[in-house]
Amino acid sequence: MDFTFSEDQILFRDSVREFLTNEVSAESLRARWDVPGGRSKELWAALAELGLTGMLVSEANGGLGMNEIDFVLLAEECGRAALPEPLVDTVLVATPTLQEAGMDEILTAVASGRSAVAVQPTPGALVADAEFSDYLIVQEGSAVYLMKSADAKLELQESVDPGRQLYTVTWDASNATLLADGDDGTAMQFTLFNRGALGAAAQLLGLSQRMMELSVNYTSERQQFGKPIGSFQAVKHHMANVAVKTEFAKAPVYRAAYSVAHSLSDAAQHVSHAKLAATEAATQAAKNGIQVHGAMGYTWEVDLQIFMKRAWALSSAWGSRGEHKARVASTVFGAERSLGAGQTFASAS
Amino acid sequence: MDLKYTSQQQAFRIEVRNWMQANVPSEPLKSFDTEEGFQQHREWEKTMNEGRWGMVTWPEEFGGRNLDLIQWLIFEEEYYRANAPTRVNQNGIFLLAPTLMEYGTDEQKARILPKMATGQEVWAQGWSEPNAGSDMAAMRSKAELVGDHFVINGQKTWSTRAVYADWLFGMFRTDPESERHRGLTFILVPLNAEGITVRPIPQLDGLPGFAEIFFDNVKVHVSNRLGGDGEGWKVAMATAGFERGLMLRSPARFQETARRLVELYVENQASADQDPAIREAVLQSYMHAEAYALTTYQTACRLNQGGKIGPESSTNKIFWSELDQDMHATAMSILGARAELLPHAPAAEGVGRWLDGFLFAQSGPIYAGTNEIQRNIIAERMLGMPRL
Repeated sequence: MDFTFSEDQILFRDSVREFLTNEVSAESLRARWDVPGGRSKELWAALAELGLTGMLVSEANGGLGMNEIDFVLLAEECGRAALPEPLVDTVLVATPTLQEAGMDEILTAVASGRSAVAVQPTPGALVADAEFSDYLIVQEGSAVYLMKSADAKLELQESVDPGRQLYTVTWDASNATLLADGDDGTAMQFTLFNRGALGAAAQLLGLSQRMMELSVNYTSERQQFGKPIGSFQAVKHHMANVAVKTEFAKAPVYRAAYSVAHSLSDAAQHVSHAKLAATEAATQAAKNGIQVHGAMGYTWEVDLQIFMKRAWALSSAWGSRGEHKARVASTVFGAERSLGAGQTFASAS
Repeated sequence: MDLKYTSQQQAFRIEVRNWMQANVPSEPLKSFDTEEGFQQHREWEKTMNEGRWGMVTWPEEFGGRNLDLIQWLIFEEEYYRANAPTRVNQNGIFLLAPTLMEYGTDEQKARILPKMATGQEVWAQGWSEPNAGSDMAAMRSKAELVGDHFVINGQKTWSTRAVYADWLFGMFRTDPESERHRGLTFILVPLNAEGITVRPIPQLDGLPGFAEIFFDNVKVHVSNRLGGDGEGWKVAMATAGFERGLMLRSPARFQETARRLVELYVENQASADQDPAIREAVLQSYMHAEAYALTTYQTACRLNQGGKIGPESSTNKIFWSELDQDMHATAMSILGARAELLPHAPAAEGVGRWLDGFLFAQSGPIYAGTNEIQRNIIAERMLGMPRL
């Protein structure tokens, strides 16, 4: 039993945080809102240079051959930075699926930073970053397909988060490669969904911490009644409540990464718990964050909006709260339930 | 990261489970806030100690097994699964003992720990005073060093278990000129000493679970000072750290409550589902108990590797105390009109001990540092927000 990250994993996390802090500043994010496309090929190449795009790609295909536990801390950092590029979906959702399907060429292209892959969460759903990505994993019925994004018809759907790019995708199966269908397709869809939800949960965890930091900084500076407003208990307790929710979302997210990495039988339930806990933390961080920022929090100018909007978007991406609650409920109230003290790690052992 | 128990840890779990099966009393003990129940619980501590299960993390010389925190968590899981009695000496074993290990002299450890382990000496805590509750540094009870004895005068209150306990640990002002956190000393006081008056205070359930204690020229030998003169605050903070940190409330307790809540809901689903909020609350309870367990395992693993408990541990106390309140409130909603019945009422069949738990849960956000104080600690020490 060792529920800690290794020193190497922490060091990698720290260096990625430093990189993203320098390269993905709030100013640079805003600058990209006004640029058509709004994505940076240069940044994508730099992320690849760090080994990030190929983290879960096998070494034979030019990747690092690491696993979801190694990546979950980095997904958290992507959330903290509100990174617009589709790193988390590409790495955590697409590459393991492509690896399974033996798509060596595409994997090599992803690992080297030449390509990104966007993933449709469920049949008919909007696809984030479909235009920036060279490849799409799309779904219909119980079938999963891989295709070039150039062969699909994409229509941008503007959304609340200017750093997010959602598309409706129309396509013809004759232009796509079937990855799986029937029972195999359903299983692949299930895996894609779990991986996507895990990635969203990790990003929400990072977003929650970023919003907490911004709010703590603001309230430590802003003076009213001759004192920093952060010295008042009403303000402190708003932030403490966010800290409590965030602290108790971390372990569920990390455990979910472990369960996905080891394909545990209850991985889906663990992912849903993680997504719900991280959503609760991040939405509370947004709600209390805007409150302690006062009118400033309601402006376009203050950076809090960047992270709030991403949190609001991700809280329903890759499964609404209702969907995830239903998944947890099916285990908790199911006939085969095995709950209580000592059961937490039962499926791992 | 490796979330599998080792074969040694699994074998340990079975060993605990077997012992509990053979030894946990089949009939629940009476409340330890009655004289008879207190003695029953003292006996149980003795039985535990004879099996060397009293405190598995302690060194072997004091009756422990020198085990790590993961094994302690496994022990706790099996303890609560077996529905074993609540630990009457929890102030001693979970709070004072870790402080003694850190600050006690060899003489003190040898004198105090073995009797604590057998339940021969049960401990109460003496922090609060009538005018020093959340503002603990306002305490005024004095201890004057005269020769090789302290002479103690003053008053403590809300002292849990003090009615039947044998000893008390607390802080007293040894420097009469001092203010606030300075000049306080951590002293261990035998409750049978001359000049002590213990006045029981009935709690919400009508039983005297805590007491007021009056000190009138109470003589206590200087060998009962824990840590240095005037270092009481520092020593006490270590105790408070354990209290809100890890030991006082292990996750197993809440996971078992969550499990019982799920069963209660399933048994009464037709009526419970008339209020859709109940199903939602039961589900949240399960997830929160699970999150508390996961987070505690994470902390325990970190501490096993030499890490320290930090200010983030204040989040624990808020989390479990509010969870406990929510779970019991949900149970009361499910039970409906039967919820108000005391467990011994003839018509209370199936109601179980939910009401007892519900009443006790109301104290959670108050004791061991109110949740408002914990939120201040989180804001100031964990997040670095400015002090008022």
